[in-house]
Amino acid sequence: MGYQFDWSLVLTGEYRDWLLDGFVLTLKISALAGVCALALGTLVAVMRLSRVKPLEWLSLAFTEFFRNTPLLVQIFFWYFGSEAFLPKAVNVWLYKQDFEFAAGTIALTVYSSAFIAEELRSGVFSIPKNQLEASRATGLNFLQAYRYVILPQAFRIVIPPLISQLLNLLKNSSLVMTIGVMELTYQARQVESFTFHGFEAFTVATLLYLAVSLSVSFAITMYNKHFLHQLRY
Amino acid sequence: MAFIEINGLHKWFGSFHVLRGITNQVEQGEVLVICGPSGSGKSTLIRCVNRLEEYQKGTIFFDGRDIHDPGMDVNSLRAEIGIVFQQFNLYPHLSVLKNVTLAPTKVRGVPRAEAEEMGLALLERVGIHDQAHKYPAELSGGQQQRVAIARALAMKPKCMLFDEPTSALDPEMINEVLNVMKDLARDGMTMLCVTHEMGFAREVADRVIFMDAGEVLEEAPPLEFFTNPTHERTKLFLKEIL
Repeated sequence: MGYQFDWSLVLTGEYRDWLLDGFVLTLKISALAGVCALALGTLVAVMRLSRVKPLEWLSLAFTEFFRNTPLLVQIFFWYFGSEAFLPKAVNVWLYKQDFEFAAGTIALTVYSSAFIAEELRSGVFSIPKNQLEASRATGLNFLQAYRYVILPQAFRIVIPPLISQLLNLLKNSSLVMTIGVMELTYQARQVESFTFHGFEAFTVATLLYLAVSLSVSFAITMYNKHFLHQLRY
Repeated sequence: MAFIEINGLHKWFGSFHVLRGITNQVEQGEVLVICGPSGSGKSTLIRCVNRLEEYQKGTIFFDGRDIHDPGMDVNSLRAEIGIVFQQFNLYPHLSVLKNVTLAPTKVRGVPRAEAEEMGLALLERVGIHDQAHKYPAELSGGQQQRVAIARALAMKPKCMLFDEPTSALDPEMINEVLNVMKDLARDGMTMLCVTHEMGFAREVADRVIFMDAGEVLEEAPPLEFFTNPTHERTKLFLKEIL
């Protein structure tokens, strides 16, 4: 007996709803972790560039540690290990919330922020030194100079690599299924277990990932075309 | 005590001794022109005044305060001293007006509307108020340098430093920048100008100093400086650039 394709199985009814729920959760966890990773990554990059030695070392240790260990291990670490190092009250509170979602978000945030910090740092390096000098010479302090002069320019330059990091994050978010976050890959797996129609379920999941990735890439390329032209020195 | 007092200033870049004991005073409202061959330390000297460069020996007093005093806030020192660079160094991601208003709003806390009004007035003063909403890349070099002057003036500085402000400009744009500088000088701004524009020096400088290899070789009012230089090195230099 050959494999019988049954597309209506995954495109209608309960199984379709599972996949859609999973898709929404994928978008949610990716968006939340993405925003947090941008903030944390910026902080880590600024620390690295601060010329304050202890902050530089801390930032270097952070990026090297999280970039050079497998994401899956990190996810397990946050999920199974948080009990050991977070205060008990925080853990109790976390368990009452959606603990899987929280641990998954933290893992994805921290992991992605290490890559984002590196992209930002190289973006900042590509800004001519005299921009910092010119802004400091008007009396702006270090943080103001970064906030108003260096980072806005760096962000424009790093938008293409940043977006590819955020799309990596979207794809990496499939790994949090391993700790029971019911996102798209998890749901596709569920459909497969219930129906044995894995091909259809994972095809739908693949197309959904692809649709988001491609449309984000496209939107950003357009945005970028519009904004990068200003940056001539 | 003079407005700016430089005493026995020495600076090394690594093992390169770039300033070798500079001593000079600048009075309020005075225009000092510093010239000399490249590598003579003239840019480094004026960049020491707002601490864009650190020095290893000697002192600089600005408006009665030692700029290297531990209690001296470097940001508030810089807010009182405007600087104009050779390469303009405008912020490319901000409009011309925002380039001018950024520091007053963030450093001095001037309300935005007030800062914009002042910014437009300054842009008018340098002759480019109609370009206020353009971006730097859309302006010519001369216009960009005038924006840079307006940006420095927006902090209402007590003193202005000019680091070869016309060296990167096409010849036909030099005068529009020099005219703005001449107006400033006539309005009584204290100015330290590193420049090779000898016409400018002749017209508005109170004093000209000639530097070579980290030392001041010659110092005189412009008329005397140009007509009767004493040092051989100065004569040679003047012969080459005039």
